[in-house]
Amino acid sequence: MGTTVTHAPAMEDLSKDSEPRHGPVKSPRPAELKRRGRRENLAGYLFMSPWIAGFLLLTAGPMVASLYFAFTDYNLFDSPKWIGLDNFSEMFGDPRWRHSVQVTIWYVIVGTPLKLLAALGVALLLAQKRRGQAFYRAAFYAPSLIGASVSIAIVWKAIFSDDAIVDRTQKIFGVNVGGWTGDPDMIIYSLVALTVWQFGAPMVIFLAGLKQVPRELYEAAEVDGAGKLRRFWNITLPMISPVLFFNVLLETIHSFQIFSSAYIVGGGAGGNACGPADGSMVYTCYLYVQGFENSRMGLASAMAWMLLVAVALVTAVLFWSQKRWVHYEEGAS
Amino acid sequence: MSAQVTEITPTQGQSTKAGNFRRRLPGSLAWHIGSLAILAVILYPVVWVIGGSFKKSEDIVGSLDLFPGSPIISNYTGLTEGIADISISTFFLNSLFLAVGSVIGIVISCSLTAYAFAKIKFAGRNLMFTLMIGTLLLPYHVLLIPQYVLFRNMNMINTYTPLLLGKYLAIEAFFVFLMVQFMRNLPKELDEAARLDGCGHLRIYWSIVLPLCRPALITSAIFTFINSWNDFMGPLIYLNEPDKYTVSLGLKMFVDQEGLANYGGMIAMSLVALLPVLAFFMAFQRYLIDGMATSGLKG
Repeated sequence: MGTTVTHAPAMEDLSKDSEPRHGPVKSPRPAELKRRGRRENLAGYLFMSPWIAGFLLLTAGPMVASLYFAFTDYNLFDSPKWIGLDNFSEMFGDPRWRHSVQVTIWYVIVGTPLKLLAALGVALLLAQKRRGQAFYRAAFYAPSLIGASVSIAIVWKAIFSDDAIVDRTQKIFGVNVGGWTGDPDMIIYSLVALTVWQFGAPMVIFLAGLKQVPRELYEAAEVDGAGKLRRFWNITLPMISPVLFFNVLLETIHSFQIFSSAYIVGGGAGGNACGPADGSMVYTCYLYVQGFENSRMGLASAMAWMLLVAVALVTAVLFWSQKRWVHYEEGAS
Repeated sequence: MSAQVTEITPTQGQSTKAGNFRRRLPGSLAWHIGSLAILAVILYPVVWVIGGSFKKSEDIVGSLDLFPGSPIISNYTGLTEGIADISISTFFLNSLFLAVGSVIGIVISCSLTAYAFAKIKFAGRNLMFTLMIGTLLLPYHVLLIPQYVLFRNMNMINTYTPLLLGKYLAIEAFFVFLMVQFMRNLPKELDEAARLDGCGHLRIYWSIVLPLCRPALITSAIFTFINSWNDFMGPLIYLNEPDKYTVSLGLKMFVDQEGLANYGGMIAMSLVALLPVLAFFMAFQRYLIDGMATSGLKG
């Protein structure tokens, strides 16, 4: 905040005593244009200065530092010691690390499509203009706001424990696996359920996309005798594909980074942060354990960089695939 | 957003009135039944926690009744004793301080940055914009450890600075992006006219652009408040004295210390911790949903 305040008066003076002197409409000479350009540059950088400082101090700098730590043995108290690729070989050889990768990938590939399917399905339902639409839209969106809270994670843990509603409901159908949160194989599905429950945010984005599909397209298709399914497949889906792409990208990236809910739903009183038999040990949970509980900052940095590489690869593949299935309208800016 | 019509509106087919009616009634009924069914699933956890907070601890998980036959309020009155000798209000004030501090920082720093991106032509603008969008996709965990080391070297562990500083340095690219979108859509004539009248950028920013951007600022402010209120990982890492804890951390401490012994208190505290977010949502849901919706439509 300090930055903005100190720069503010300078900026005002700068533009005030300069602008009026040049006639506004007169076509300015090149030298003047240059001067004006320089002044715009200065104003731009002054306005941007908080962001520039933040980017250097809190993003770019830390990224470089993190890359360095990844090749060191660093416990916070002694200075980092260069150990080459040892962190990476330890990581790949660690069964708990491999397990956390598995858990996370499973969570992403089950949770993300289910969440987006729910979001798209409900958006199609709500896109029909009917009484109460705004109310439903708001109500369905609410879980996205509270879903990340500790409170909901606690509620989740209770709802999915032995003898609670989920357990009793599945017993009605003859499924006797007990509560999910106590079961190493099932606990991850309680987290999947939690993310699917928060389908409201992508739903709202789908709804906005659906509203932009021109009605004439449907009318023309109907005249041609296209059924509902065909209209969805040939008109709706291509028309909302940019929005679909946006949702797939953001939800996938976010899913990889799940932490708080896994940490709380899986956390027991015994201090085990990763669920029964590491059942809910998602990648960032293990990263937290290694970095902040075991003070292995070097190893944790290496883990973080692996996550970055994975997310970057997935992002690249998505962007590459977008040529094949995402249709951007001509002239859409 | 002007084309209001969507696919399956039943009146779209150019059938007769009677046909319309025949098609509309069952369709409408099915629509409402479907929506209500989803609503029930969505609301169940919230209703459950409200009902549970008035039950005795041993009845909360086992019983399927949403509301107890004889409600008790001791779960709530018990909260006045605080957690680990710290009053609940301490946690609330800490969270409130952080949330309000974050809102102020985000509104100022992100709107300044957004103004530069949207209204000033300066060298390197496109590069910086690309970098900023890039940070949207960057996993936070890559920055977690080096940022922690940085703040630790600056002796700022167990202070609120690490949790607030980024908010004053426009670190939240999402809100910058939201505001840039909004500012680009403002009529150009307004600020061009102001420039011709000799207004500088600061003046245009303050007197023209900011007032017109109120919806985007409000959306960002509310999201910031809620995100800060819900944040768990930041406080978990940076705060280590219970009297500095936020509500999220206090709640986690509650769970770890009392857990199953005081299930009722835990559920009541969970609900109380949610109240500010729910209140914000009720008051401002339109801003939140519209803000969310525009984020997906690249302008």
